[in-house]
Amino acid sequence: MGGYEAVIGLEIHAELRTRSKMFCSCDASFGGEPNAKTCPVCLGLPGVLPVLNRRAVELAIRLALALECEIAPRCIFHRKNYFYPDMPKNYQISQYDLPLAVRGHLDLEMEEGPFRVGITRVHLEEDTGKTVHVSESGRIHGSEYSLEDFNRAGVPLLEIVTEPDIRTPEQARLFMQELKNIMEHLDVSDCKMEEGSLRCDANISLRPRGSQDYGVKTEIKNMNSFRALYRALDYEISRQREIMENGGEIVQETRHWDADANTTTPLRTKEYAYDYRYFPEPDLVPLEPERALIEEVRASLPELPAQRRRRFREQYGLPDHDAWLLTSSKSMGDYFEEAVAKGPDPKAVSNWMMGELSAYLNARGMEIGEIKATPSQLADMVSLVEEGVISGKIAKTVFEEMLETGKDARAVIADKDLTQISDEEELAAVIAETIAENPKSVEDFRRGKEKAVSFLVGQVMKKTRGRANPQLVNELLLRELREGG
Amino acid sequence: MEDLYAKKAWELIAMLRGREVSAREVLQSVLRRIEEVEGDVHSYITLTEGEAEQAASRADEALAGGRDPGTAAGVPLAVKDVLCTRGVPTTCGSRMLEGFVPVYDATVIGRLREAGMTMMGKANMDEFAMGSSTENSAFGPTRNPWDLDRVPGGSSGGSAASVAAGEAIWALGSDTGGSIRQPASFCGLVGLKPTYGLVSRYGLVAFASSLDQVGPIARDVRDCALLLSLIAGYDPRDSTSLQVKVADYLEALEGDIRGLRVGVPGELMQEGLTPGVRANVENALRLFAELGAEVEETTLPHLDYALSAYYILAPAEASSNLARYDGVRYGLRVEGEDMLEMYGRTRAAGFGAEVKRRIMLGTYALSAGYYEAYYGQAQKVRTLILGDFRRAFERFDVLVSPTSPTPAFALGEKVEDPLAMYLSDVCTIPVNLAGIPAVSIPCGLEDGLPVGLQIMGKALGEAELLRVARVMEEALGFRERPRVARGEA
Repeated sequence: MGGYEAVIGLEIHAELRTRSKMFCSCDASFGGEPNAKTCPVCLGLPGVLPVLNRRAVELAIRLALALECEIAPRCIFHRKNYFYPDMPKNYQISQYDLPLAVRGHLDLEMEEGPFRVGITRVHLEEDTGKTVHVSESGRIHGSEYSLEDFNRAGVPLLEIVTEPDIRTPEQARLFMQELKNIMEHLDVSDCKMEEGSLRCDANISLRPRGSQDYGVKTEIKNMNSFRALYRALDYEISRQREIMENGGEIVQETRHWDADANTTTPLRTKEYAYDYRYFPEPDLVPLEPERALIEEVRASLPELPAQRRRRFREQYGLPDHDAWLLTSSKSMGDYFEEAVAKGPDPKAVSNWMMGELSAYLNARGMEIGEIKATPSQLADMVSLVEEGVISGKIAKTVFEEMLETGKDARAVIADKDLTQISDEEELAAVIAETIAENPKSVEDFRRGKEKAVSFLVGQVMKKTRGRANPQLVNELLLRELREGG
Repeated sequence: MEDLYAKKAWELIAMLRGREVSAREVLQSVLRRIEEVEGDVHSYITLTEGEAEQAASRADEALAGGRDPGTAAGVPLAVKDVLCTRGVPTTCGSRMLEGFVPVYDATVIGRLREAGMTMMGKANMDEFAMGSSTENSAFGPTRNPWDLDRVPGGSSGGSAASVAAGEAIWALGSDTGGSIRQPASFCGLVGLKPTYGLVSRYGLVAFASSLDQVGPIARDVRDCALLLSLIAGYDPRDSTSLQVKVADYLEALEGDIRGLRVGVPGELMQEGLTPGVRANVENALRLFAELGAEVEETTLPHLDYALSAYYILAPAEASSNLARYDGVRYGLRVEGEDMLEMYGRTRAAGFGAEVKRRIMLGTYALSAGYYEAYYGQAQKVRTLILGDFRRAFERFDVLVSPTSPTPAFALGEKVEDPLAMYLSDVCTIPVNLAGIPAVSIPCGLEDGLPVGLQIMGKALGEAELLRVARVMEEALGFRERPRVARGEA
C-alpha cells in the first residue's frame, strides 16, 4: 500500500425472507416461470396501490436491532424516480431522509486486533424485475430485443449502508461474511449472492496514510461473491494508487467489476448521475413502529454469532481460533453443536471440522449444508477413534469416504475392513513375518540402532494396510526383538 | 308522465321495488335518450349496453323472485373512465391507454357490482383527469347539455353531462382539485367530493395521489347521499383509506339548519366572480339566514396561495404517477431505434399537451436544487391552509362559497390560456389541499346557465354536510332542466 490508506464503505442489499412481496400478496420466493408471480400491484398496472408487508418491517427491525441500530419512531417511504424497463412503475418505493433505522455498528476481529464498522442506516425498499436480452451473447449490445420478468419486482429489500470505516479488502470481506452470518442466524434473508438475494456495492477512495480527509471515490458494482468483493477492492486500490502515484486524478464514477478480466471498468460518470427526484410516497402512510413491537422483536432475537462465539469458548473450552471458525456461519456452528451433542470430545470434533472438513469444502467450493455426512455420523466416527476402534490415520480415510458417500463410519470400516488390529495374537504373526523378511534391520537394532524399530513398525503397518494399532505394534516388536534371537 | 330517464335514482328504486316499472324499461328509456342526444353531447368514451342489459335482466329476475337485487340495481350509472373496470376498456381519456382493458375492478366498482350496479358506460373526461372543461380528452370534447356551445366543466365532464342530459341517472366522478364539483356546478347537478380517505382509491387511476377522491354526481342530494353510502368505507387495499364507521347518510338528511354556523371566506368571494354567480350565492346566503343559520364572513388568509401550491404538488405527484406509461408493458407503444427512443416517441404520441405540461412542471418542481423552493414550499403552504380550515371549523359548522367563479364557459374559450383555465378551480382546490369534504348544489341560473354553491364541511362531516345541502336544495327550489340544444347567443 505504500503511503496510502484505503477508505471503504459498503452498501448492501438483502432480499428479505417474507412469504409475500413488499406491497402485494404475490409469492416472494425465488424462481418460477417468468411473470408467474405477479399481480396488478407488482406489475404497476394503472390504479393500483401498495400495502406495506408487516412481516418485512419486523424482519428489518430484527436485523437493525442485531446491528445495534436505533429504530426510528416514525419513518416514511419515498419514491425514487427513474425510468428503467424492469421497474414497473418507473419509480421505486424506497426510503430517503427518514429511514427505518440509523446509527448501528458491527464489531469484528482480525489477527491485528478488533475493529468496528459503523452502520449509517438500514432501510426498506422494493426490488426490481429482471431484463433478459435476447441475442447470441445475452448482452444488451447487439441484442434483438429484451424481455422482462417481474417475478422479483416488489420483493422486499433491505438496504444497509456502512460508514466509511473499512480499510482493507480483507476487512470488507470479513464484514460481509459476518453480516451474512448474522442474517442467517436471524433467518431474515437467504443470503445467496449468486441468486442475487445478497448484493454488495462499495465506495472506495485512497488518502495519504495519517490523513483525515476523504479522497475522490469510485463506486464499484457487480461483486457477486465474497471473493469478487475482495478481488475487486484489491484491484481498485492498485488502480487508484497507480493513478495517484503518477500524479493523475481519480474520476468520481461508477465502475463495474469484471471477474473474468479481473478489472473494473467505468459504468457511468458523475455527469450522467441520475436525479431521482425523491419525494414522499403519497400512497403510504408514515410507518410508526410501536414500542411494543420493537420490544417483542428484541425479545425474540436468537443467539447471534458474537454470543455463540463466547459460549463456544466457555461451554466447550475451545480456543479463540476454533470458536471463530466454528461460528463463521450459522450452519457451521449448528453442525458442530449437533455433533458434540452426541458425546464426543468437543475439541476433537472441532479439529476434524477445521481440518479435514474445511479442506474438503474449500477444495470443492462447497457449503457445509451441501455435504453428505451428518453431524451425528461425524460424532460416531470421532468416538470410534476415541475408543481405539480405528486409528487417527485410518479415520481420515474413513471420513473422506463418509463425506463422499454419506455412509456411517462403521459401514465404511466394515466395507473396507479397516478396523484397528489390537489383537496381540493376530499381530504376533505379522511381526514374526516382518522380522523374518528383514534380517538386516534386526541386525541393525541389535547393534544398537534403535531407529531400525521405526522401519519395522512401518513395515507391519504396511502389511496390515494401516489397521494395526501402532503403539501395540511398537511394544510387541521391541519385546520380540529383545526376547528373540 | 315524466320520462324514466329524467327521474332520480331514489324515485326509480322505489318504482322498481313497487314493480311499477322494470329495470329493462328504465334501461330502454335511457338507451333511447342516448340515441337522441349522445351525438351532440358526447358523454361517453365507451358504452356498455350489453353489460347493462344483463344487469337489468338480473335485477328484474331478482325482483320477480322476491329477492333483493341490490340498492343500485336497475339504475343506469355512468362511470368516469378513470376507474378500472374489469373487462371494459379504461382509457382515462388518453391515447396512451386506448384499448387498455383492466384485469381488475376498482374497489368502488366492486362494491357497486355487489349492490347490483347497472353500468351504462365509461364517461368522457379530461386526459388523466387534468383539466376543467373535458376539452383535454383525446376522444373529443363533451358538450354541456344546457348549451352545446359550452363546456360541461371537468375533468368529470362526461359524468356530469350524462346525468344532466338523461344518458345516465347518476354517475361516479373523481375530484383532485374540483373535478366533481365544478362540472356538477356547470351542469346544474349535485356533486360531492368526500373526505380524503373515506372512499377507496384502489383502481382509481392516479393523477395526484394525495388529493384524488372518488365521489358521486347526481340530480339531487338524496341520490348523492345514496351513492356515497354505497362506495364509502375502509378498504385494506388502500393504505390511505380511513378506518372509520360509515354514517347512515340517508338518515342524516332529515333535520333543519337552525343555529347552524355558516362561515363565508372572503378570499373566495373576491374579484373574478361573474355578477350572476355573486347574486345567486348571496341569495343563497340570505336563505341560510332565513332558515335560522348564523351567517358570518370570515377569512382563511392562506387561500390566496392555494392555487400556486396546488399547481406544484399535483403536477409533482402526476409526473411520478404517469411515469409508468412508457410503452413497455401495456397501452400505446411507438417503436424506436432503441429503448430511450421508444420511450420518447410513445410518450410524445400518447400524451396530450396539458398532460405534458403538467409532467414537465412536476418534474421541474421535484428536481435536485429546486425541490425545497417548490415542492417543499408548497407542502408548507398546504399545512398552513389546513390550519386555516381547522381554525375556521372551530367557529363554523360549514363554509360556503361559489363552486366556480363563473358558469360554464364556451368551448375553446380557455384552451389557449392554461392560467385562465386553472382559475376556474380557484374555489374548489383549497378543499382538496385540506382533505375535507365539499358538495356543490345548484343555486340558480345566470343567462340560462346553472350556478353552483359550494358547501364545505369538517373532515368526515359528510352526514352534516349532506343535511345542510338537502335543506338548502329544498329552500332554493332549483327545478330547471337543460334543453340539450345550442345557446341563444
